[in-house]
Amino acid sequence: MATDLLRLATAGSVDDGKSTLVGRLLYDTKSVLADQLDAVHRASVDKGLSTPDLSLLVDGLRSEREQGITIDVAYRYFATPRRTFVLADTPGHVQYTRNTVTGASTAQLAILLVDARKGVVEQTRRHAAVLGLLGVPRLVLAVNKIDLVDYDEATFEVIAKEFAAHAAALGYARENVTTIPVSALVGDNVVDASERTPWYVGPTLLEHLETVPVEPDPHEAPLRFPVQYVIRPRTAEHPDYRGYAGQVAAGSVAPGDEVVVLPGGTRTTVSRIDTADGPLTEATAGMSVTLLLTDDLDISRGDLVAGAQDPPVVTDEVTATLAWLADKPLVAGARVLVKHGARTVAAIVGELRTRFDEQRLSTVDNPESLSLNEIGQVVLRTAEPVPVDDYRTHGRTGAFLVIDPAEGNTLAAGLVGAPLPLLGGS
Amino acid sequence: MTATVHRPATRPSLDALGRLESEALHIMREVAGEFDRPVVLFSGGKDSTLLLHLAVKAFWPAPVPFPLLHVDTGHNFDEVIEFRDRMVERYGLRLVVAHVQDWIDDGRLAERPDGTRNPLQTVPLLDTIGEHRFDAVFGGGRRDEERARAKERIFSLRNAFGQWEPRRQRPELWNLYNGRHRPGEHVRVFPLSNWTELDVWRYIRREGIELPSIYYAHERDVYLRDGMWLTEGPWGGPRAEEIVLRRTVRYRTVGDGSCTGAVESDATSLDEVIDEVAASRLTERGATRADDRLSEAAMEDRKREGYF
Repeated sequence: MATDLLRLATAGSVDDGKSTLVGRLLYDTKSVLADQLDAVHRASVDKGLSTPDLSLLVDGLRSEREQGITIDVAYRYFATPRRTFVLADTPGHVQYTRNTVTGASTAQLAILLVDARKGVVEQTRRHAAVLGLLGVPRLVLAVNKIDLVDYDEATFEVIAKEFAAHAAALGYARENVTTIPVSALVGDNVVDASERTPWYVGPTLLEHLETVPVEPDPHEAPLRFPVQYVIRPRTAEHPDYRGYAGQVAAGSVAPGDEVVVLPGGTRTTVSRIDTADGPLTEATAGMSVTLLLTDDLDISRGDLVAGAQDPPVVTDEVTATLAWLADKPLVAGARVLVKHGARTVAAIVGELRTRFDEQRLSTVDNPESLSLNEIGQVVLRTAEPVPVDDYRTHGRTGAFLVIDPAEGNTLAAGLVGAPLPLLGGS
Repeated sequence: MTATVHRPATRPSLDALGRLESEALHIMREVAGEFDRPVVLFSGGKDSTLLLHLAVKAFWPAPVPFPLLHVDTGHNFDEVIEFRDRMVERYGLRLVVAHVQDWIDDGRLAERPDGTRNPLQTVPLLDTIGEHRFDAVFGGGRRDEERARAKERIFSLRNAFGQWEPRRQRPELWNLYNGRHRPGEHVRVFPLSNWTELDVWRYIRREGIELPSIYYAHERDVYLRDGMWLTEGPWGGPRAEEIVLRRTVRYRTVGDGSCTGAVESDATSLDEVIDEVAASRLTERGATRADDRLSEAAMEDRKREGYF
């Protein structure tokens, strides 16, 4: 039931054929409807192409079609009898890496494409680092355009080996990385197994996507419940009702559970879990519910209800890793806003501790700045204490946005702690 | 009191529709918590009716904390307007109506030669957002509808002219939404982004949500134009050469009457509609919306101007 859905993202360098691969998956799983296909056929003929350009199924913006590149994430929904898929097709151009981060932040699996003629390139290493940082649990390396190297096994093996070493350094266990030779253009090993790669005995891409285990929701973790909104009807029917609405970020909650409200630290007990469909005996991670508490406390949006047993750390000094997504570089002393759960607080970047060199897999201590697409560890001082978890153990309450207080733009993806093994060593 | 409560062996967890519902409630509560003057675009169509249903659930037992806005082209289906007004009364809501006719009457807009008023909605929409200082505008748009919509964020910032700038979209990470905007700007919010047409219908069945009757098969006088069955109305049809026929039809989408086509269908119940949608080889917009057929980038161009 809960595992019938797989959220996946594509990544890889520009011109590696991501949009064509996604188009092929949609086409071969018969997820393309007749009018969409007609439109692609018409546009392909207009461009003088002899076969339909399947990338036109996903490249939706005018400038994308004109330039023949993907600029922004396209979300696609398709299903096979075995599983439902939400697919984020992300851009390969380095300028649009922030959109790749957007697509990957919620993915359970990422397909990283390389061109068999070029092998692992700079953008492959950059995307792999971003995927590792975000903790995308599983990777598929799709060695595309295998037809253009005459289906050569040795070429495939060299690429597979080089990537395996890179992924291992980013913390990926071997069983969580699958390498498949494909041709998105011709269709080899995408949906149907290819007769031209007899040396490859693994699954086709779709078979793998249909059978790969999906991480279960963190039901067994300690409770984390960010309060989004206080529900106070003040109606004749409900004069004194006071409920705390939110989505369970981790763990589970039941009436009778002892909880602590952070950052204040007050302890109380859950008296009731409400939904519009009636009260629940238990709510688990992912559910949007309303909690009622036995004590009449001053709780508002931004507070975090946590299990009394294993609450998060409350601190005004947060060591975190940032993926910097803005054109303007980050320097020490910058004033920013941090959006964590349902709370937004002012913060100062006190210290740039290390910059991660994702090409050499090394770190640089005390860098001057973090520029667009760079990853680094920083120390943030927040104006008020915030309850934070390590990103690796609690993704939802270990993640935050860094926002420009003046312009309002999102500057960085923030992750509490050191989600990459190499960062933890310094 | 002990903190550890014995839990049953099987933990409750969400199915696919439950996940979509929970995500939508989360989005609506974020907007209620972060914005001063949100509004829900409500036409009485199935997607906006679903939005309203989710808003009622998100804030229950309190009333929905925002008003509704309908941009009324004047080219309406009577059944839909009657339904709209009944829903407003049922949930005790405030409805703001922007009549396109008012903009035509005082010269701010001119009637198009083809008689369709769908593209004329943008100016009244933006004027009304400005006049009421709405800062968050909920829409029922879904990413599966069309290629340009597939690229849009759940929180979509619009500049002071109401325009969507695809190259300047913010990163949207995890389930953390950035709703910050400068004075004059606003944010369009799409809680149904990740739903498909089939999800919408299955959820409507599961929740027992009432819809306007024209979504189900009925007999109607229609005429064929550009491969779509259009109905008679004040929008200038049928032309002399177009023959009016009585057909059993239903609507897959409901918009301006001049450009919303019916499909031939015998589906009179939700189960039959779901079977029909699941078997369909056409997207709902491709099948029934003349406005999206104008050019390859018809939707993107309208969105850039401030349309949904």
